[in-house]
Amino acid sequence: MKLVDHFQYGLNSPICLTWELTYACNLACVHCLSSSGRRDPRELTTAEAKGVVDELMAMQVFYVNIGGGEPTVRPDFWELLDYSIDHNVGVKFSTNGIKLDGRRAAQLARTDYVDVQISLDGATADVNDHVRGPGSYDTAMRALENLAAAGFGQPKISVVMTRQNVDQLDDFKAIADKFGAQLRITRLRPSGRGADVWDELHPTAAQQRQLYDWLVARGEDVLTGDSFFHLSAYGEALPGLNLCGAGRVVCLIDPVGDVYACPFAIHEQFLAGNVRSPGGFQEVWQHSELFLELRQPQTGGACQSCLHYDSCQGGCMAAKFFTGLPLDGPDPECVRGFGEQALAARDGAVPLPKSEVDHSRSAPRKTRGPVPVTIGIGRPDRACETSPIAGFGASANDSGLFSPAP
Amino acid sequence: MFDPGLPYRCSPSVALRPEPFGALVYHFGTRRLSFLKTPQLVDVVSGLEHHADAHGAVEAAGVAQPQRPAYLRALAGLAANGTIEER
Repeated sequence: MKLVDHFQYGLNSPICLTWELTYACNLACVHCLSSSGRRDPRELTTAEAKGVVDELMAMQVFYVNIGGGEPTVRPDFWELLDYSIDHNVGVKFSTNGIKLDGRRAAQLARTDYVDVQISLDGATADVNDHVRGPGSYDTAMRALENLAAAGFGQPKISVVMTRQNVDQLDDFKAIADKFGAQLRITRLRPSGRGADVWDELHPTAAQQRQLYDWLVARGEDVLTGDSFFHLSAYGEALPGLNLCGAGRVVCLIDPVGDVYACPFAIHEQFLAGNVRSPGGFQEVWQHSELFLELRQPQTGGACQSCLHYDSCQGGCMAAKFFTGLPLDGPDPECVRGFGEQALAARDGAVPLPKSEVDHSRSAPRKTRGPVPVTIGIGRPDRACETSPIAGFGASANDSGLFSPAP
Repeated sequence: MFDPGLPYRCSPSVALRPEPFGALVYHFGTRRLSFLKTPQLVDVVSGLEHHADAHGAVEAAGVAQPQRPAYLRALAGLAANGTIEER
């Protein structure tokens, strides 16, 4: 059996775990996939968060991707960072840079086993601030300058690709090179507030092709979190894990301890359990009904007869779900155009699934109403998440017995 | 250069996590993940430190003769990426 086939049936522990520490955020990005803004009063306490780290250490989860919200606005962020690293759980955290002054940059430069990812969605202030809010470009640049001045080795610049910034790919690379950073680009998902702006911001079909060609030319020089696997149907597979990892190698712990199948699927349909329950995170990962279901063999549904199914496997579960498409059909951004057809054929009378989890500052207080749509859980297909194993695969001298991850 | 006639061990910077297919390997120094794709290879790698040479570990893990060249190639790859080292 190929390694990716094993991955489909799930692992003892996740390979790639995203942990959002808080829903609080100083920004209000229009495409925020977790609809962040206000702190949730039920947020895990410092002691509870340390308990999660203890569990991750015992499960040999070697590092976590920490995000939010803006994780650094949690007063105990630096304490939790140190605690995690001291317990052999390395940290990669995403930030808009708000707290990365000279002192924190120097502290990070002294800390081993930490990666910093600065979010930037435009290579120019106008493009970036249109999405992330006024002043956010300058904040990101200042953070990058502070990290460079402190001698922090190779931070990452993380870009969500939109219709407005695809043409700036070379400019993003130039910014990364200027700061000694590594460029990471990921796919815009219609998750959280992203659902409200997806129609306006998601790349056009021509831009998807442009993006694919750029990525193929760049090879492994640019990180993607394996999030563009749906573009592999253009031809050559992009580097990375070719499998939807949701509930199989990937999951999300949200600020109140809820465990979801993937960071782009904050919706009760993809809620597997809570770390506060008996048995904690391990029980949820290993035995929750949802995750066991996600690890069952899939059929491919409407896509099964497509020539390209082997390369794209129907695309991203979350992208389909939040655009109201069936989970066993084409991705809304299917490169053959089947997604567009499916979007056009949707019944306009049926409302799109919307998450009840919304901490947007402008949003009304949480209302508990009936969930308008229920769609059966199908199997997701490929690693749509921030996979750490970008580029693993057979090398020229591969014995077939182990796979290096370059 | 890997020499199966020499003694090896799993690097102290490396952790092996048992998985259904074999093991996930994490190198804390390079932060690289790799995968041991058979349980037998996991036995070989974890047994290295108890044997006078790599041949001994392969034999003790019960690797059938025809498969041994492939296992030695795997060990050479693991030595090259720092998962195992001479001791």
